[in-house]
Amino acid sequence: MKENFLVEIISPDSSVFKSETTEVTIPSFEGQMGILKDHVPLITFLRPGVIIVKHDKGEVKFFTEEGTVEFVQNNLLILSSTARTFDNLKKENIENIIKNTQELLDKDNINDKEKYLLSYKIDTLKEIN
Amino acid sequence: MPSLDDLKKRIKSVKSTQKITKAMKMVAAAKLRKAQENAEKGRPYSKKMENIILNLTKSINDPENAPKLLVGTGKDKTYLCVVLTADRGLCGGFNSNICKLAKVNFKKIINEGKELKIITVGSKGLDQIKREYGKYLIKKFSFKDKKQISFNEAQIIGNEIIDLFNQSAFDKCILFYNNFKNVITQIPQAQQIIPATNESLEKNKENSFSYEFEPDEDEILDDLLPKNISTQIFKAFLENAASEQGSRMTAMDNATRNAGDLVDKLTINYNRSRQASITKELIEIISGAESL
Repeated sequence: MKENFLVEIISPDSSVFKSETTEVTIPSFEGQMGILKDHVPLITFLRPGVIIVKHDKGEVKFFTEEGTVEFVQNNLLILSSTARTFDNLKKENIENIIKNTQELLDKDNINDKEKYLLSYKIDTLKEIN
Repeated sequence: MPSLDDLKKRIKSVKSTQKITKAMKMVAAAKLRKAQENAEKGRPYSKKMENIILNLTKSINDPENAPKLLVGTGKDKTYLCVVLTADRGLCGGFNSNICKLAKVNFKKIINEGKELKIITVGSKGLDQIKREYGKYLIKKFSFKDKKQISFNEAQIIGNEIIDLFNQSAFDKCILFYNNFKNVITQIPQAQQIIPATNESLEKNKENSFSYEFEPDEDEILDDLLPKNISTQIFKAFLENAASEQGSRMTAMDNATRNAGDLVDKLTINYNRSRQASITKELIEIISGAESL
């Protein structure tokens, strides 16, 4: 297939995912972003959200809290210390995470950027749950 | 000449020591496999992160306003040295090698009339450094109770360093750890993490792409640079963990072999003196019989 390119998700302790793909959707800091083959070279970073990797047979989804993305020469590289599949996420008791995040959000001493990130985290988790 | 009983006791004690070192070697070998795997798995992340930063650095148009974490404070006065060691001993020269390298650097920094600040991670390094350089110590970490060091621990230290940097407590930060090459070779290393621009980055300045940045370079750098520090520390942790086990395995292997040699030697001694006492008894009997 000509429309394929390579996507790799790497965490500090292992390579989480590596595969050929036709389209990847990432929760970029400024909004959802779809990446197809021959995208211009790109560097960006992520907010909490869902990474969707589409390939011939279907799609794979990952939850992530942060990350850095580089796309160059049809290689998409996602560096994230928090990327995990939904199955792994469900083992961790989503409701508890939401509760803890909400507590952080309710504190007074956080700035707008943190608020923005935390509220996205809660929204995404609620959606998954 | 020690008596037969004494020799017997010594042989027994050396044998039990040998058993212990042998067991430690086995444990280290098993742990090594895992640690080595982790270290190798962790390498791509830190390497790719470095790459991205390199690419970003190349596309910065205005170096004067670039983040200080990347280009430094412009001064060269205070050094922060982070010494990463193990929490356990009995691993050959592992801890001392790191401390030796660190101390050489400390001396150099002080001789040049610069200020020195030290953070130690792991209790063995602390023991060795506080004797001579205790007054420069500003913080110590130990993760003794943690079975497996995760990214969180690296982040704790990373955040601490960044806090200090933001308070302008230092200008340059150097990391000391052992780089795992293979089971018998571990190379102690001094790696500068702040400012992030260094020679290895300068070297491969070719093949640049014109990137699109989303949102913009500065914001990405602001997000990426602190992360890079934690990543580099985590990498150092992983390399260190593998090196520690490798070093322990070799050390314990040597100890086991030495104990074996010692047992052989003692056994010969033991046999000799046993034979000597038998001969002595025989001579006594024979000469007794002759005199009758």
